[in-house]
Amino acid sequence: MVIDLNNTAGLLLALAPELVLGFWCLVVMIWVAWRHGSFEDQWVAGVLSLAGLVMALGTVIWLWASDARAAQLAGMMALDPYRYATAVLFLLGAILTVLLSLDYLKREGVRIPEYYLLLLFGTLGMMFMGGGSDLIVIFLGLELMSVAVYVLAGIDRRSPFCAEAALKYFLLGAFASGFFLYGIALIYGATGTTNLVLIGTQVSGFALSSNLMALLGLGLLLIGFAFKVAAVPFHMWTPDVYDGSPTPVTGYMAAAVKAAGFAALLRVLFHSFGGVVVWHEALWWLAVITMVAGNLVALAQRQLKRMLAYSSIAHAGYLLAAVTSGSSAGAAAFLFYALAYTLMTIGAFAVLAAAGRGGERGVSVDDLNGLGSRRPWLAAAMTVFMLSLLGFPGTAGFIGKWYILSAAIDANQQLLAVVLVLTSVISAGYYLPPVMAMYMRAPSSPEAHSETTVAGGARLVVALSAALLVVFGFWPNAALEAARRGSTGLTPAVVYTVEGP
Amino acid sequence: MTEIPEAVRLVWLAAALPLLGFLANGALSLFRPAARRAVTAIGVGTVAAAFAVSVLVAAGLAGSGAHEPVVLTYWSWIPAGDLVLNLAFQVDQLSVVMLLVVTGVGALIHVFSIGYMGEDPGYARYFAYLNLFIFFMLVLVLGSNFPVMFVGWEGVGLCSYLLIGFWFEDKANANAGKKAFIMNRIGDAGFLIAMFLIFRSLGTLEFTEVFRLAPVSFEVGGTLITLITLALFLGCTGKSAQIPLYTWLPDAMAGPTPVSALIHAATMVTAGVYLVARANVLFAMAPISSAVVAGIGALTALFAATIALKQWDIKKVIAYSTVSQLGYMFLGVGVGAYVSGIFHLVTHAFFKALMFLAAGNVIYALHQAYHATHRHEDAQDLRNMGGLHRYMPWTAALMWIGGLANIGLPPFSGFFSKDSILAAAFARGHDAPIFYVFWALGTVGAVFTALYITRLLIYTFHGPNRTGEAERQHLREAPPVMTGPLVILGLGSVFAGVLNLPHVLPAAGWLEHWLEPVTSLGAVFLPEFHLTAGTEWGLLALATAIAVAGIAAAWRLLKPEALVPARQAVPERGIERVLANKYYVDEIYDALIVRPLIWFSERVLWRTVDALLIDGVAVNGMARLTRLFGWIGSRLQTGQVGTYVVLFVLGTLVLLRVMAG
Repeated sequence: MVIDLNNTAGLLLALAPELVLGFWCLVVMIWVAWRHGSFEDQWVAGVLSLAGLVMALGTVIWLWASDARAAQLAGMMALDPYRYATAVLFLLGAILTVLLSLDYLKREGVRIPEYYLLLLFGTLGMMFMGGGSDLIVIFLGLELMSVAVYVLAGIDRRSPFCAEAALKYFLLGAFASGFFLYGIALIYGATGTTNLVLIGTQVSGFALSSNLMALLGLGLLLIGFAFKVAAVPFHMWTPDVYDGSPTPVTGYMAAAVKAAGFAALLRVLFHSFGGVVVWHEALWWLAVITMVAGNLVALAQRQLKRMLAYSSIAHAGYLLAAVTSGSSAGAAAFLFYALAYTLMTIGAFAVLAAAGRGGERGVSVDDLNGLGSRRPWLAAAMTVFMLSLLGFPGTAGFIGKWYILSAAIDANQQLLAVVLVLTSVISAGYYLPPVMAMYMRAPSSPEAHSETTVAGGARLVVALSAALLVVFGFWPNAALEAARRGSTGLTPAVVYTVEGP
Repeated sequence: MTEIPEAVRLVWLAAALPLLGFLANGALSLFRPAARRAVTAIGVGTVAAAFAVSVLVAAGLAGSGAHEPVVLTYWSWIPAGDLVLNLAFQVDQLSVVMLLVVTGVGALIHVFSIGYMGEDPGYARYFAYLNLFIFFMLVLVLGSNFPVMFVGWEGVGLCSYLLIGFWFEDKANANAGKKAFIMNRIGDAGFLIAMFLIFRSLGTLEFTEVFRLAPVSFEVGGTLITLITLALFLGCTGKSAQIPLYTWLPDAMAGPTPVSALIHAATMVTAGVYLVARANVLFAMAPISSAVVAGIGALTALFAATIALKQWDIKKVIAYSTVSQLGYMFLGVGVGAYVSGIFHLVTHAFFKALMFLAAGNVIYALHQAYHATHRHEDAQDLRNMGGLHRYMPWTAALMWIGGLANIGLPPFSGFFSKDSILAAAFARGHDAPIFYVFWALGTVGAVFTALYITRLLIYTFHGPNRTGEAERQHLREAPPVMTGPLVILGLGSVFAGVLNLPHVLPAAGWLEHWLEPVTSLGAVFLPEFHLTAGTEWGLLALATAIAVAGIAAAWRLLKPEALVPARQAVPERGIERVLANKYYVDEIYDALIVRPLIWFSERVLWRTVDALLIDGVAVNGMARLTRLFGWIGSRLQTGQVGTYVVLFVLGTLVLLRVMAG
């Protein structure tokens, strides 16, 4: 389907997913303003959000399936499979988060229906990040997402940890946004445009290393992204924020927010700086340091939630390795791994939410002792999540890592591949103890785990994630094919020649 | 290539049926172990059907008159670069002979097992293993390349292990299984090395290709071909229980007696002989290796025969007899008389299976008797037997037939096959005198064979009964389901000799003619066997004289009346004691190889290398180091935003520096 962007109908069609989600934002906003007095009202808000997300997802998939493309140069929003693929990722993450939150909020006594509204706004921002083909749109999406997530991190106002997390995140986030914006400004100064494709044609016209302004702009942009995806050493906020936020929000941040950062990073690098060597080297170092530091520090954690926070940093390193390859195989590997990562991370946080109370900050590995005998299904699902995070064969995590590795090897980055494998070995040191605790240790007391339950939406999240991880672990072809097609949008079909500034 | 006969195409079914039987019986043993009728029907039915298929295949091959082997490729098993391995079966004159022996004798022993194992709680498991064994044995003899054969080779080893340790509640049985497995692994290393060498030098492992390329690629008597064949033969010494790897076979008698008959007498242990015959081109091109094969065979034949003289366990006597007879087979294939080796393999399959199953009947009868009186005596000790022909006439008569065939008394089958081996060795002596020595060893071995077999039969069936007063009335002949297969094996033991009569007799050399397409490959490298009719008659007369003299001497010298039951027996002295203790070979191996190896493994490899260096320094040391770094990293996590910003800015500077190049 070719969409003509010169008429209104075409424009509406091109923006349909965002418009649908935006419409549901309004619906939820009105509902929340009207009814917010009880948990039942909040539950309705959640269901409304779920409906909005599912409809947006349907729209995206419809556009993707009908192969919607723009007749002209899409100035602000791209119309390519990559946009649809990333939107699917974000919407999937958001849907899982809403499902997880339905019971969680009530259990934790958080009655703030705006929670769902913020989730929708955040997701909308992500869709602009993944789809924006202009730095300004990406920045707007980034800010929309970030502001929503700042608030979400501090949604439980009674918890001091929550407040601390939100404040830290906000302060450092604002700091990083400054870098990001400054980078955009410098790039605009060097190229005279903020459109990604046009920047690309400009950059290929001059040697970047000699153009200090563009180089500095790229550097600052990278730092802004590195903060959002929690790459070492711009990750320092992550453990504190993940730890203090309500667990479903943590899952959302670890999975969807991170994926959004990567989605935009990949598009910017591929479209605007495709032929440029310097960023490969910079990202190479970021990837290596992130993998090493994330995995090493995760090893030293006792608390499960903090361990998962560091694990998410380590995974940012793996995803950076995929980006570093700079090939469309790397992009496909990113998309597949991000899908697997979304499922396993949210799944793991769902189990954590089931196992703990009061923000789950106190749940340690020992608290899982004997879960295998008391809650066999839950323990089995947790085992799948842990093994998948570890990259164990038979799970989607393995296939994903395998494709990242093969992309890195194809890009002649053997050393990066070696680091990835070695740090994965280290990660066994913290992914396996929970499994061991669940199956090889006796419960600490007769009534242990009596309250560990997953009900309703959370049960669906756990079961669905675990099942999909195993399915994609054994029959990855359909998902891999989707990832491959999704990555094709990253190479611009037409090269536009424009006059220099 | 000529049209492949339809019947030959059925050969896959011969292997698939026992596999199906294994799967079905395996499932039954797990879920419905009590369903004995179903187990019997499946277990015996599949093997009997496999035999029927084998007969069709043989008839098809004979009818087609094909000279080239028929290779049926089923699927590509390992395509890896230059190495392309197919799962393929090769049907030719040699594999058909093996096919008939394995399924035919196998089916009879399956029938026998219905009675022998009838009351065992592991009935279903037993038949599952037995079916699996037949499957792997067929893969071994049908495989069209070395690796497929090796799969069968390892598979039968596995089944042997499982069945030796079938009554694994007794630790001695489990140990015997382990011993067999480990000894075989030593030989298997040789097999593997041979395969690597063949692939490296010829680039293929398909039998037809290897045997086509070998004469043009290798130099006759060259180092490489000698190494390859010696490595192959090392594999044979493990699987076929030859010096120095024979000690597992007597211990393997810990398994049920039908297993001893099937695996450790008739089929599996002859795989080495089959391998040498199959690779006859390679061995014919390596005279040194062939001489080694013949020499080891002759030595084993004599050595094992002397040990058999003083064993008291009825199964041990037959086991050493098996080792000895396998030695004769290797003597045959070693001197280049591949047909004689295979011929002896076939006749031996009949008479040795017969001996074992008859011994099974005896053990079964004694066991039932002791069970009835609740006495715990050794049901396998010759000293507890005697005079049994009065209680079990059928078994006695049949075991005498098997025994006489084993001794090689004319006109029993063993006479012709053993004589053809010794005659071939004698003939080779004309060119290389060392073969006269091998012939002499084999001939002396034949004397001892006559002695120990006669001793076994006299002590078991004649003289006074020593089982015990109370037990005597419980001694009974075995049921027809057990004696029936014995009758058929008895017929084979008597008449199988006609397959390959000596040249001086009419209708001679049928098997030789049948196997000609296979053995002609190697024949070009071998000198012509030539014996004058006079010499041949002389050798036949000598063999007859030895058999008669041996039996007569044993009959006169042995005094079954003087024997006392095992419980009251005094230990032997002098040379008798050495023989009874099997020359102390097990003890020597233990002292020279096993103990030093255990010491080295425990002190050096385990405590020093593994526990101290690898576990202590490398693994735990690395883990500690890693944790230390992790701890430092988490110390940086102060919770102060100021620290975070400092790190952020530092990171920014470094990153920009990297990008600036």
